[in-house]
Amino acid sequence: MSCIYDFSILSTTSLSCIRVSEMSAGTLESLVGQTISVITNDGRIIVGVLRGFDQATNIILDESHERVYSTKIGVQQLVLGLYIIRGDNISVVGEVDEELDASLDLEKLKAHPLKPVVH
Amino acid sequence: MAPPLFVGDVTLPLQFLDRKQSRTQSHAMLFFSYFKDLVGREVTVELKNDLAIRGTLISVDQYLNIKLENTRAVDQDNFPHMLSVRNCFIRGSVVRYVQLPPEGVDVDLLHDATRREARGG
Repeated sequence: MSCIYDFSILSTTSLSCIRVSEMSAGTLESLVGQTISVITNDGRIIVGVLRGFDQATNIILDESHERVYSTKIGVQQLVLGLYIIRGDNISVVGEVDEELDASLDLEKLKAHPLKPVVH
Repeated sequence: MAPPLFVGDVTLPLQFLDRKQSRTQSHAMLFFSYFKDLVGREVTVELKNDLAIRGTLISVDQYLNIKLENTRAVDQDNFPHMLSVRNCFIRGSVVRYVQLPPEGVDVDLLHDATRREARGG
């Protein structure tokens, strides 16, 4: 917990950070505290609670787990805990609709894993 | 719901530019302004991992990061990975294409703007 706290102090004391994030329409501010699903450039899907972010889309995810998709067995969930993901490696940040998510039968959901991003 | 940002009023992108800005920066600004004009429209964003997401454009920023609402994967059978996501932020660096509604493209205006750009302002 202490590292999350420290990060919030860092981001609020750095004025330039604040100005940049106010400028950018694409801010993730509205998602802080919510469960989000992050798709990384290597095709992994990590679900967790958004605790912090910055203008480079670096992200702090709490209580996170990875959802591993495969065609043979249903979705597997691997517990990861507190994660910091570097913005470079992030493709999509999605707000998870808890109701919809609860209605999904992940154990029966089969799909190819996402392909990695090719620039 | 947050009020939609940047709706309307940016139809002549280049008039906002500081002439001293570098060429690359003003190029980015042109498309930034262009996308700001499309806020509120339905677009399809194809990513560099072949995932295509359709949704209403909510906002765009200087990195061309995109926010969509009411999102769904275009091919949900093969891409069920975002089934519980209705609202997403797409990092500009992973966007391959943005498919626009035809009525959202003012070809003449875009021609003018890009030509002006090519002449160096």
